[in-house]
Amino acid sequence: MTDASAVMGQMDKPRRKPWPAELNALIGLVVIMAIFEIVGWSLVGQSFLMNKLRLSIMITQVAVVGILAVGVTQVIISGGIDLSGGSIIGASAMIAMSFAQVGTNPRAIFAAQGLVDLPILFPILVGLSVALIGGLINGALIAYVKLPPFIATLGMMVSARGVALWYTKGQPISFPTNEFMALGDGLMPVWIFIGVAALFSLIMKYTVYGKHTYAIGSNEASARMSGINVERHLMLVYVIAALLAGLAGLVLTARAQTAQPVFGTMNELDAIAMAVIGGVSLSGGRGSILGTALGMLIFGVIFSGFIFLSVDAYYQNMVKGAIIVGAVALDQWRQKRQAMEA
Amino acid sequence: MSDIILKTEGLTKHYGGVHALESVDFELRTGEHVAIMGDNGAGKSTFVRQITGVEQRTRGRIVFQGEDVNFKGPLDAREAGIETVFQNLALADDLDVPSNLFLGREKILVKLGPFSILDFKGMRAATDAALKRTAVKIPNLGNPIRNMSGGQRQCVAIARTATFASKLIIMDEPTAALGVQETRQVENIIRQLKANGEPMILISHNMRQVFDLVDRIVVFRRGRIVANLNKSETSGEDVVSYITGAKTGAEYAGAA
Repeated sequence: MTDASAVMGQMDKPRRKPWPAELNALIGLVVIMAIFEIVGWSLVGQSFLMNKLRLSIMITQVAVVGILAVGVTQVIISGGIDLSGGSIIGASAMIAMSFAQVGTNPRAIFAAQGLVDLPILFPILVGLSVALIGGLINGALIAYVKLPPFIATLGMMVSARGVALWYTKGQPISFPTNEFMALGDGLMPVWIFIGVAALFSLIMKYTVYGKHTYAIGSNEASARMSGINVERHLMLVYVIAALLAGLAGLVLTARAQTAQPVFGTMNELDAIAMAVIGGVSLSGGRGSILGTALGMLIFGVIFSGFIFLSVDAYYQNMVKGAIIVGAVALDQWRQKRQAMEA
Repeated sequence: MSDIILKTEGLTKHYGGVHALESVDFELRTGEHVAIMGDNGAGKSTFVRQITGVEQRTRGRIVFQGEDVNFKGPLDAREAGIETVFQNLALADDLDVPSNLFLGREKILVKLGPFSILDFKGMRAATDAALKRTAVKIPNLGNPIRNMSGGQRQCVAIARTATFASKLIIMDEPTAALGVQETRQVENIIRQLKANGEPMILISHNMRQVFDLVDRIVVFRRGRIVANLNKSETSGEDVVSYITGAKTGAEYAGAA
């Protein structure tokens, strides 16, 4: 077959390995940090980065949404979207907290039933079960009823928020056990984020689950033709996303030492933004957990930097919107350029 | 007659009132390459869709390796050893070559249900072997398919059929969208498969290609087989007259 090789040889234009999107995010992160550092020295007269307290506050603030963003990332890679995460945080925080209260509080939700001072596993399982139900409904609507993910999870976003508000008619739930509070104490949210992100980074890279998630996001029809059970897989993708939202809800409420029905509001959009900034393509098939983690850090640095420079909090949302739009525009430009090269 | 690998008897497919396929009797022997030709709408693709289980036939028998088969879907057919290269490739653009070859049939290192760990080394080695067997050369197997030319993508799709111990390969117009050089490259792969003794059904409109590659030409017209010709006993003009309806094979006189 030397003939075939010769023909191929002429066609073997060496193609560059595509520039990883994560590198863009890393460069962005370094540049933004450098800007704040320089501005910090010249305007505030102190270092932005060389401040342990600032850094630890910054990272614990974004870590909770980061846990959510890990779940959202794999949904986006599968070619879908999940808008329900923030509301699932609210619902699972509220219901879990009602099973995490101390007995010395006479107004504990389940004081009459004696369901107080329960072991930590109890509220955790309750919170995750609430999230699981949300995820099963999302997955069933998307995989089997064939609703567009945007619509199915939009419905869940509204309904789960409804559950969170209905549960106590809008009242907050407070006074958790010390054991439960430990879940959000100090740097615990960060460790939990790191554990979740590392685990899913490995899963997306090295397991059948990850491979099939990328395949479905890349080309659902061909994934189906290749014998992947697309329905069952998408079910699993949305269930995992919801479980991670539930976990984020637990950490958030333990950290706040109270549960409020509005917990998690808009967090789904922050999570999507973190993923997109980190190079996860909204058209599916491309991106990584590492990218999302970098996107999360960019978020954290920017808002920590704004506080550092005493920029009015109102500007933060304006900038946030601009960053999201900019990141998607960059993604589309990259795709177009790649398509032209190929 | 144990050397007959695929046989259909009275294979019929109606879409409502449309008789897309009518009583088709077809045979394919071990190691044989057969071309199916015919005008658009003659029933070639319908025929393939019945064999590969993409659609369910209205009537008739399909015998594969001496056994009656009823494939419920394309996966059943694939598991039985019938590999198909579809016109629309069925590749995932964002995955690399080994991932595409093994999509849906990954080699597993540690079994953990959906979270089973992939055997990258094993898949890479099998990919190298499959590409060697089909004489396909692709630089940077680790690059996503997206960055490859149409010809390279088609080669990957074909190499996929050769990765697994397939007993029958079906190609539906594999070179329709390719340039001259890329077509040559795919044809070389087909010759290689022939040399390996792997039976194949090739659907093609390209007369030159058909005469270059196959042993036998079966012509479809209006859902029926109208000619079954040995390459050595026929000519391009002859085949064209069967396709257009100017001629009908003696044994199919009643057909059209």
